[in-house]
Amino acid sequence: MVPTNYYVILSAILFGLGVFAFVFKRNIITIFMSIELMLNAVNLAFVAFSQALGKLDGQVFVLFVIVVAAAEAAVGLGIIILIARNRQTLNVERVDLLKL
Amino acid sequence: MNSFLNANTELLITVVKIALLLFIVLTVNAYLTWFERKVVAHIQSRWGPHRVGPHGLLQPLADGVKFLFKEDPTPAGVDKFAYYLAPLLALALALTSIALIPFGPDPIRLFGHDIYLGIAPLDLNIGILALFAITAMSVYGVALAGWSSNSKYPLLGGLRSSAQMISYELALTMSVVGVLLMAGSFNLKKIIEAQAHHPEWGILGWNIWPQILGFFCFFVAAVAETNRVPFDLPEAESELVAGFHTEYASFKFAMFFIAEYTSMITVSCLCSIMFFGGWLSPFPASWRFAHYLPSAILIPFGLWVIWDGFRYETIFGRIILPGAGTAIAGLGAVFVLFPNVNEFIQGPFWLLSKIFVFLFIYVWMRGTLPRFRYDQLMSFGWKLLLPLSIVNVIITSFVILAKMQWWSAK
Amino acid sequence: MTAPLVVFFVLAALAVIGAVSLILQKHPIHSALSLIVVMIALAGLYLLLGAEFVAAVQIIVYGGAIMVLFVFVIMLLNAGVEEHTSISKMAGAPGLLLVVALAGFVAATIAKSTESVQAMPQTGEIASTLGISNMIFKDFVYPFELTSFLILVAVLGATVLAQREKS
Repeated sequence: MVPTNYYVILSAILFGLGVFAFVFKRNIITIFMSIELMLNAVNLAFVAFSQALGKLDGQVFVLFVIVVAAAEAAVGLGIIILIARNRQTLNVERVDLLKL
Repeated sequence: MNSFLNANTELLITVVKIALLLFIVLTVNAYLTWFERKVVAHIQSRWGPHRVGPHGLLQPLADGVKFLFKEDPTPAGVDKFAYYLAPLLALALALTSIALIPFGPDPIRLFGHDIYLGIAPLDLNIGILALFAITAMSVYGVALAGWSSNSKYPLLGGLRSSAQMISYELALTMSVVGVLLMAGSFNLKKIIEAQAHHPEWGILGWNIWPQILGFFCFFVAAVAETNRVPFDLPEAESELVAGFHTEYASFKFAMFFIAEYTSMITVSCLCSIMFFGGWLSPFPASWRFAHYLPSAILIPFGLWVIWDGFRYETIFGRIILPGAGTAIAGLGAVFVLFPNVNEFIQGPFWLLSKIFVFLFIYVWMRGTLPRFRYDQLMSFGWKLLLPLSIVNVIITSFVILAKMQWWSAK
Repeated sequence: MTAPLVVFFVLAALAVIGAVSLILQKHPIHSALSLIVVMIALAGLYLLLGAEFVAAVQIIVYGGAIMVLFVFVIMLLNAGVEEHTSISKMAGAPGLLLVVALAGFVAATIAKSTESVQAMPQTGEIASTLGISNMIFKDFVYPFELTSFLILVAVLGATVLAQREKS
């Protein structure tokens, strides 16, 4: 049996890496992907605790998180397409003014 | 050495099974191409390959050798990682899906170990769902191949093809829900057993009769998933040069080819298992004489192969064909002489025959049907197939609820 | 070193390598492929934890739909190799330190906690799918219906957003 601590530590490491990618990368799409990485890290913690406590609530919540992440990815990528069309760039540092 | 064998027998058995299954699947793929060329040719009133070996049976071998020795160019400006990854991914995913299919219910008892036919254990609780997971991932092979080729036609073909695959994936998974509701489990073995509730009904107990709408949706969606005619616009030669695999030459193209035919085989397996009773016999269980059907087919076929071999003058004709014919007839005789072997072989025989029938239907459609235009294809998938499969789920749920509430337990 | 522990370390290493590769790759498509590797590794970890349905849903929805959406957008927008300006390079070093501090703090808290949650032995009474579906359709039916509404709103929003202007 793998202790639950190991899973939660791995989840913390992945979450930290997701935060770093969010701060460091300059491409909008990569920043969005780091958000997905953070959500996945949290999902791992949920499932680990669900197995530790013997209940299935954690897994049900993971399903809801996946659904919400899907909806958010769809709308977010739509917004990204619009930004790319209007500003002709995918670099967040060039999209820092409301004025075109 | 002996203790190593004893400690890891399960692992070794699985490794041997994997190697054997890989070999069998690749050989079946090669001869499936021969079968397709012959059948399409006969539909079109010509002969197909008939020069390379008797009946053209050595044609796949010649094609394989050609693929090995042809020049394998890499175009300039491709994204190297994605370009090399795409055919590998497609092939690996297609071959992995064969590992999840059980080919027979009974194990072979060998030296005290049970060897089941099929790599995944029979009690895998998420059988069908794992297969759909692998199908879902196979979109990447096409999309990455199209994009990484740094060329217009592959990009267009790849994007169209992957959009088509994603659209039909929804209809594919929804059309199976009716079968899952009736069986109550994702497990492939339980789905087959749910069709065996009345052993006396034989063919009338299969899932095809209550789920005819689901079968139609599943089959059409699966043909679209595998990019076969009539849904093969993204890779048709006359439309988009060759679609997403234009820039891929000999061996990498062969990998895409094998992936496509292997997914055809997987879809045929799934159709037979979910809608046509898998390894169940169509005859009622009390017709014991039906158990001799494998022998009744194999022995005359073996004798015909022996007779056919004598027409030829080459070594292949004079020696190998009669040898193969004797082996086939001998196998049929073994089934007659040993009853327990005969009982064991019933399940795999029926499953393999049904898979063969579905592969024939696939090839038949290739020879007869014209292609869909891309916008017709997409509107068909979203506007007709998806609502139909949802309607199938609703009807099935209502009938099951009615059975539970009003009629006594059947 | 039991077999589950070995499998855990292999999958965990795969996930961390994928996440680090997401940060280090220059082209967004390679970052997307690394994220797919992370998701598959996580699906393997869910299988190790006995959550087979969640593992399959993770591969089908996350790996087979959401990441395909990402890959499509990267291909359609023709995203090139990304450029790093001086600002981002300046933010890199303190960012790394702070993130290491954050993750290290969380990990150390978990590792040191004396009342660590002990994993209950696997009884395997209710199959994962049956139990989850019972919970979704009995206890969580209201959030379930709300998420279906949410998906409808997202689909409509994405369709409206991605339309070309009628000029």
